[in-house]
Amino acid sequence: MTQTNEPVPQREAGYVSEPTDGAGTDAPFLVVEDLTVRFPTADGMVQAVSDLSYSVAQGKTLGIVGESGSGKSVSSLAVMGLHDAKRTQMSGSIRVGGKEVLGLSNDKMRRIRGREVAMIFQDPLTALHPFYKVGVQISEAYQAHHDVSRSKARTKAIEMLDRVGIPQARTRVDDYPHQFSGGMRQRAMIAMALVNDPSLLIADEPTTALDVTVQAQILDLLQELQKDFNSAIIIITHDLGVVAEMADEVMVMYAGRAVEYGTTRQILTHPEMPYTWGLLSSVPDVTADPEARLIPIKGNPPSLLKPPSGCAFHPRCPHMDKVPGDLCQTTLPDLTVAQHAEGGHVKRCHLPDPSAIYEQEILPEIAPDLVELVVNDELPAETGTGLVEDSPSDVVLPKER
Amino acid sequence: MTESEVTSQPSAGDDPAARPSTPPDGSHRKAILSVRDLKKYFPVRSSGLIRRTIGNVQAVDGISFEVEQGGALGLVGESGCGKSTTGRLITRLYDPTAGSMMFEGHDLATLSHRAMTPMRKEVQMIFQDPYSSLNPRHTVGTIVGTPLRVHKVVPEKQVLNRVRELLEVVGLNPEHYNRYPNEFSGGQRQRIGIARALALQPKLLVADEPVSALDVSIQAQVVNLLRDVQNEFGIAFLFIAHDLAVVRHFCPEIAVMYLGKIVEIGSREEVYEHAHHPYTQALLSASPDVKQAAIGGRRERIRLEGDVPSPINPPSGCRFRTRCWLAQDICAKQEPPLLQIGPRHKVACHFAAELGKNPERPVTAPLLGTDDQGNHDAGATPVDLPNEPGYGDSWYDLKNKAFTSA
Repeated sequence: MTQTNEPVPQREAGYVSEPTDGAGTDAPFLVVEDLTVRFPTADGMVQAVSDLSYSVAQGKTLGIVGESGSGKSVSSLAVMGLHDAKRTQMSGSIRVGGKEVLGLSNDKMRRIRGREVAMIFQDPLTALHPFYKVGVQISEAYQAHHDVSRSKARTKAIEMLDRVGIPQARTRVDDYPHQFSGGMRQRAMIAMALVNDPSLLIADEPTTALDVTVQAQILDLLQELQKDFNSAIIIITHDLGVVAEMADEVMVMYAGRAVEYGTTRQILTHPEMPYTWGLLSSVPDVTADPEARLIPIKGNPPSLLKPPSGCAFHPRCPHMDKVPGDLCQTTLPDLTVAQHAEGGHVKRCHLPDPSAIYEQEILPEIAPDLVELVVNDELPAETGTGLVEDSPSDVVLPKER
Repeated sequence: MTESEVTSQPSAGDDPAARPSTPPDGSHRKAILSVRDLKKYFPVRSSGLIRRTIGNVQAVDGISFEVEQGGALGLVGESGCGKSTTGRLITRLYDPTAGSMMFEGHDLATLSHRAMTPMRKEVQMIFQDPYSSLNPRHTVGTIVGTPLRVHKVVPEKQVLNRVRELLEVVGLNPEHYNRYPNEFSGGQRQRIGIARALALQPKLLVADEPVSALDVSIQAQVVNLLRDVQNEFGIAFLFIAHDLAVVRHFCPEIAVMYLGKIVEIGSREEVYEHAHHPYTQALLSASPDVKQAAIGGRRERIRLEGDVPSPINPPSGCRFRTRCWLAQDICAKQEPPLLQIGPRHKVACHFAAELGKNPERPVTAPLLGTDDQGNHDAGATPVDLPNEPGYGDSWYDLKNKAFTSA
């Protein structure tokens, strides 16, 4: 199952040829190789994920970006082993801490799930059981992997709730999910996911259902916890802003395939795939010129029942005329090293000179003030990493309500 | 603002009272909608046989604003701040508890349902969820044609032609009128909702989170469509959204709501570049910014602790004080007035200033006739502050601590 002889160029940190035990080595904790997920349906085969390869190291965050139906959730559910084996066809390899997990029996998977890989879902109200107290649900997750008494598990639950910033955790542990606000429910979900100290946390749109101020709280919390637990995080989102703040690396997905993959900085400053350009230019910005028109991506995401031939993005791509012949319609481009390659930046596109198109056509439209900086490579060296230390939040807040 | 609504301001010799109701110059158009002191309380009833009212959810509590003819006012805030309720009040999907909503000489708040019917032609709504807002068992032709039939704007024979025209306007294939909503994608459904809202050629469109249910690449398509529609037909928009970037893009005028109140309202430049309310500053700093992060470093982020308090029992004084890092005694005792601090900028905060430049002493204390702790000062006389929906041509200058005018 571990084939590495394929056209995808090897990314330095991305591939390990020998299964390792993960601990003590630099090998990434999660390695996904050539993952393909297909669902047979009455209308035909849905090719949800095709030949997907990525990896995440301990203490690092990978952002997976894409529209609904791009396969970003399906691929991470596969990592969790949550697809119904009877209704799903999967191939490729998923190694968690060096162990192959694809095709593991449910019993074996159960030992890994929650303990080594945990997941936070988009909607905390549906992900928490309404009949059970929050504390019970957290201690149940703990007891599933630890042989401890109920009172010990309860203490652990209180400790975790406190850790994720639930006020008065000792009393709130006996609340039901409906007694929590949206942000607190998401915190409880995070507490539950982290109770077994997993090495990999998959967050599927963790803040989409939340308000911006709560979103900021949750993102800060995830970053703090990552520092403490040194876990790897995969954050799945459609919001490039969230990725920009959270992720070390970004994978852009379209129609079940990775179309661009690189460090966050590379993807945001030197994107080379027209779909990534489209995502960047269709989002209004709190600093952009408000009178400027948004540049949408024309058309709709493709159906995975009958994906377009060649490059799946070609029916929506405005730059197809720059590619000689009908290459885009006929041939699926390989993931190749980007022009402005740095830190293993790869893209899936036939365009001969994407960097020039981006700098001359795209960037002046979306961020005219940045053109010079990007072209001359004069961007400030470090991207922001965390809270500004002396922000007003450090002022003690009034406690009484 | 209509002439009939100018309230009798006690005209002291002081500037603030002498506020004419019309804009100072011609650069700003007449208001098409003028909302004054609008309130909506939802009763909370006890369980049991006798369902006594035991409290009120103060969803909207005394808000005033104007929407200009052909203009666009953005309404932003967190969930539960009352922005959607406001939209539903204006379209009279809810009946207001108090206040007035003047629209072309009619008070939408007091019209009977019968008298409201012709007004519904003028005020239409676009809903958030393009899946639940279209009847799955009706064809697109029926959905878009129903308003035309109900209001009898075109003879029955021409309904179909008009529907085709409308579908074309919103960028759908006009020959698809026979299809059902399930045959369309999310973005296309939202276009159908927009076509339905446009059918009666309304003068005011209330758009309640029109793009937040759509994929990123589709959002831009719909925002551009709304902008085209506005330019072509001169429709005024009340644009409700939680996404500050989208609102900034669409609306030249923005109101920020918190717990049923407007805390800051003003032109796009004032609210986004010179936000004076701590809540606005926190909202702005919390919204992730792609380009900023890409070029290195994010902006200073203000971390608001906790959640929005319950609107059943909101905090006394300033409602934001429980989460505010500037809060002092006066904030619990006195509710800050929505004070005009610029030609097109109002803010409700005792310590209003740009981020990091907040004054030591409450700017509002001399106006309210209190000392710095918010206790009533027997010697001081409170200044009568107007609560007009629009903007006056004189305002309180925070630097000089005096009323000035242009």
